[in-house]
Amino acid sequence: MAAQSSLTTSKIVEASLARRNRKQVYLQILGITAITFAFLMLFILITSLLVSGYRAFTQTHLELNVYLDPDVIDSEGLPRGNFRKLLQRSIEGEFPEVTSTRERRALAKIASNGAQFMLRDKIVEDPALIGESIIIKFPTSDPYDQLNKNLVNRDIPEEYRRLSDQEIAWFDQLEEMGKISAPPNWALVANADSRFPELAGLKGALVGSFWALLVCFLISFPLGIGAAIYLEELAPRNKWTDLIEVNINNLAAVPSVVFGILGLAVFIGWLGMPRSAPFVGGMVLALMTMPTIIIAARASLTAVPPSIREAALGVGASRQQVVFGHVLPIAMPGILTGTIIGLAQALGETAPLLMIGMNAFITSAAGSPFESATAMPTQIFIWADSPERGFVSRTSAAILVLLAFLITMNGLAIFLRNRFERHW
Amino acid sequence: MHSITFYHGAFSFLVVLVPVMTLILVWLVCEGPAIDWIVFGGMAEVEAKEAGSGARQILVAEIKSIARGQYFSDPAEWKMQAAGRFNELRTASSQLMVMVTIGCGLGLISLAWRVVQVDFRARQRVEAIVEMLLIACSFAAIFTTIGIMGSLFVESIRFLRMVPLTEFLFGLNWEPQIPMREDQVAAEGAFGWIPVILGTLVITSVAIFVAVPVGLLSAIYLNEFAPRRIRAVAKPALEILAGVPTVVYGFFAILVVAPAITSLGASLGLQIAPNTALAAGGVMGAMLIPFISSFADDALSAVPQSMRDGALALGATRAEAMLGVLFPAALPGIVGGILLAVSRAIGETMIVVMAAGLIATLTVNPLESVTTVTVQIVTLLVGDTAFDNPKTLAAFALGMMLFLVTLAINVVALRIVRRYREVYE
Repeated sequence: MAAQSSLTTSKIVEASLARRNRKQVYLQILGITAITFAFLMLFILITSLLVSGYRAFTQTHLELNVYLDPDVIDSEGLPRGNFRKLLQRSIEGEFPEVTSTRERRALAKIASNGAQFMLRDKIVEDPALIGESIIIKFPTSDPYDQLNKNLVNRDIPEEYRRLSDQEIAWFDQLEEMGKISAPPNWALVANADSRFPELAGLKGALVGSFWALLVCFLISFPLGIGAAIYLEELAPRNKWTDLIEVNINNLAAVPSVVFGILGLAVFIGWLGMPRSAPFVGGMVLALMTMPTIIIAARASLTAVPPSIREAALGVGASRQQVVFGHVLPIAMPGILTGTIIGLAQALGETAPLLMIGMNAFITSAAGSPFESATAMPTQIFIWADSPERGFVSRTSAAILVLLAFLITMNGLAIFLRNRFERHW
Repeated sequence: MHSITFYHGAFSFLVVLVPVMTLILVWLVCEGPAIDWIVFGGMAEVEAKEAGSGARQILVAEIKSIARGQYFSDPAEWKMQAAGRFNELRTASSQLMVMVTIGCGLGLISLAWRVVQVDFRARQRVEAIVEMLLIACSFAAIFTTIGIMGSLFVESIRFLRMVPLTEFLFGLNWEPQIPMREDQVAAEGAFGWIPVILGTLVITSVAIFVAVPVGLLSAIYLNEFAPRRIRAVAKPALEILAGVPTVVYGFFAILVVAPAITSLGASLGLQIAPNTALAAGGVMGAMLIPFISSFADDALSAVPQSMRDGALALGATRAEAMLGVLFPAALPGIVGGILLAVSRAIGETMIVVMAAGLIATLTVNPLESVTTVTVQIVTLLVGDTAFDNPKTLAAFALGMMLFLVTLAINVVALRIVRRYREVYE
C-alpha cells in the first residue's frame, strides 16, 4: 500500500516535472533578457556617443596662400590690422570669377571667424613676415566642416540646407585643388569655449574641473579621514556618535541639487563668495564627497585586524600612536581607493555646479580657483544646449573625454586596491 | 621626561597654528558680510530702494564695481562716497587682520616658550589637541546638515510669508513667472506644487517601471543561474552603467531616446511630445538598473545557504527555491533598495533638466511633457541670486519639500534594510 502511494507520488511529480522545469527555463530566459536589455542600453549609449563623437576629433582645414600685404597691415599699429581683408583677398584669389558683393561675402564665410585672429597671432609673433606670402591652414566654419564630414544632405532642396548649391560647388572646387584637409582637432583640448563650434575646446572646462577637484580633495580628504578615525578608533559609543553616524548615512543619500542650493544660499548668498568660481564648486563637491570618504575610510579601518592594535598597545603606545603609527598606514590604500572613487563621482557631478553658476560662457581658462570657470560636466551641458550643429559631435566628444578620465580614475582605484590589498 | 622631544615641538606647532589658522579663516568668512552690513546697512538710499525686487542687489553690486574702479560716466556722489568707504574698510580690515594674527601668534609663541619644559607632559597635551581636531572633523557632517536645513528653512519661511502654505501645498497651478517691473505684462504667478510633484511622480513611475523588473530579473539570474564566468564579467559591466555621470544620460536621452520614441509613436499614429516623460523616465530607469540589481543581489546573497539547501532537498527546482524561498526571504532588503532607487529618481536632476519639460501640466499621461521638482529648482535659481521675490524663493520651498520627501524615504529604506540584516547575521 505504502509502496503504491509513493509510486503515485512519484508519478504525480514526474507528470508535473516537465511543467516545473519549463517554468525554470522561462525564468532563466527572462533573466537573460533583462541582463541583455541592460547591456544593450550600455552598448547603444556608448555606440551613439562614439558614432556622433568621433567626427569632432578631426576638423576640416582650408589651406590658403596669404600675401601679407604691407599696405593692408598697419605694422605700427600691431596687433591691430585688417587681417580679415587679407584672408578675404586670398580666398577670392582662388575664385577669380566671383565678383558680386553678395557672393564675395558668402565666399569669405568659408574660413572660420577665428582665422583672422590666428593670422594676427602669427604676424605678431614674427613681424618680419609682412610683405611675404605664406601658406597657412585655417579651420573652416562649421557648415563647411559638416559638409566635409558628409553631414549635409546634398540631395534635399537648396532652401532646406544651410549651404547653397553655389557654396557647395566652391567647396568641391577647393577640395579638387587639394586645399581641404582634416587634421586631428587639437583645438578640442587646446582652446577654451567659443561661440563658434570649430574653435570651441575643453581647456577651460578641464582647468576648471581640475581646480574644483583639487579644492574638493584638499577639504574632503583630511576632514573625511579625521571623522573616520574619530568615529572608528577613538569615540565612545554614545548618543552623539550615533547621531553623527545616522547623519553621515543620510547625507550620502541627499539629492545633489540640494547641495547646490546650500552652496548658492550659504556660500554665495550669505558669505558673499564669487559666483562661478571653482573654489566654491570644490567646496560644495567636498561636502558631497565627504560622506563617501568617511564610509570608505571607516570600512578600511575596520578591516585592520585587532592584533595590530593590541600588539602596539602592548608595547606601550598610546591610542593615538597606535592609530597614526600603525592602523592608518595599513588602512591607507583602502582609504585612497575610496577617495579616488569619491572624486570620480565628484568629477561627473553637474547639478550643484549648475546651481552655483559654473555654466557661464567663459572664453579663457581660469588661472586660479577664484576666477570664473566651467567644469567638464557643465561644459557638456552648455554644449548640449547649443543650437549649432557642430556642437552635437563636440558634446559627444567631450563626454568621451570625461568618460576617459572617469575610467582612468576608477582603473587607478582598482589598481591600488589589487596592488596593496592585504588579506589577514 | 614624560614625552619624546617630538611632542614638545608638535605642541608648540599646534598651539600656535591651530588658533591662528582658525582666526584667519573666521576673519575671511566674516569680513565680506560684515563690511557689507556696515557700508550698506544704514544707508537711506539703499533702504529706500529695497522695496523694489532685486534693486538692492543691483545697487550693492554697482557700488562694489565702482569701488574696484570700474565705472562709466559720473555716478552719484553718495555712491562714490559709499565706494570709498567700502575700499577704506577693506584695507583697514586686512591690515587689522594681519596685525591681530601676528599679535596672536607672538602671544601664543611666548606661551609655548614658557610652558614647554623638560617635565612638561607634551604628549598628553598634543593628543588632546589632535582629538579635538578629529572631533571637529566629525562635526563637519552635522554642520553640513544644519547648513542645508537652515538655508532651506530660512528662505522657505520667507517664501511662505508671500505665498500662503495652503496655496503652495494644494494649489493646482504652477506658473512662477511673476512680473519683474510694474508695467510688464505677465501672469500673476501661481505657486501650487501639485502639478510639479505629479510630474515628478510620473517620471519616477516610468523609471521604476523600467528599472525594477529588469534589475530584479538580472539579479535573480546573476545570483542563481549565471555561470561563474558570466557573473564575473556582468557585475563590473553593470557597475559601469552606474558610474556614468547623469549629464551623459541626459544627453543620451535627447540625442537618441527621445527621437526614437517620437518617431515610433508617429509610426503608430500617436502624438508624442518631443520631451515626453517616457524619454526622461526610461533613461533614468536604465540608470537605476545597476542600483537595484546590486541591492537585490546583495540581499539574495545574504539569505543563509541552509534555506536554499532546505528547499532544494525537499525537491524544489532551483527556480522554485528562488521564487518560493529565497526571494521572499530577501524581500525586505529588496524593498529597501527599491525605495532608495525611488528617492534617487525623485532627486535626480540632470536627466530631467535636459530631457523633461519646463511647463507644469496637471496630467498623468507619460506621453505628454511634464516637469519635475528638480527641473523647477534649477530653472528658477540658475543665473539668479536675488532672493527677494516669490519666484526665486519658491525654489527653496521646492528644495525643502524635496529634501523632506527624500529624507523620509531614505530613513524608512535604511531602517528596513538594517532590520532585515539583523535577522540573519
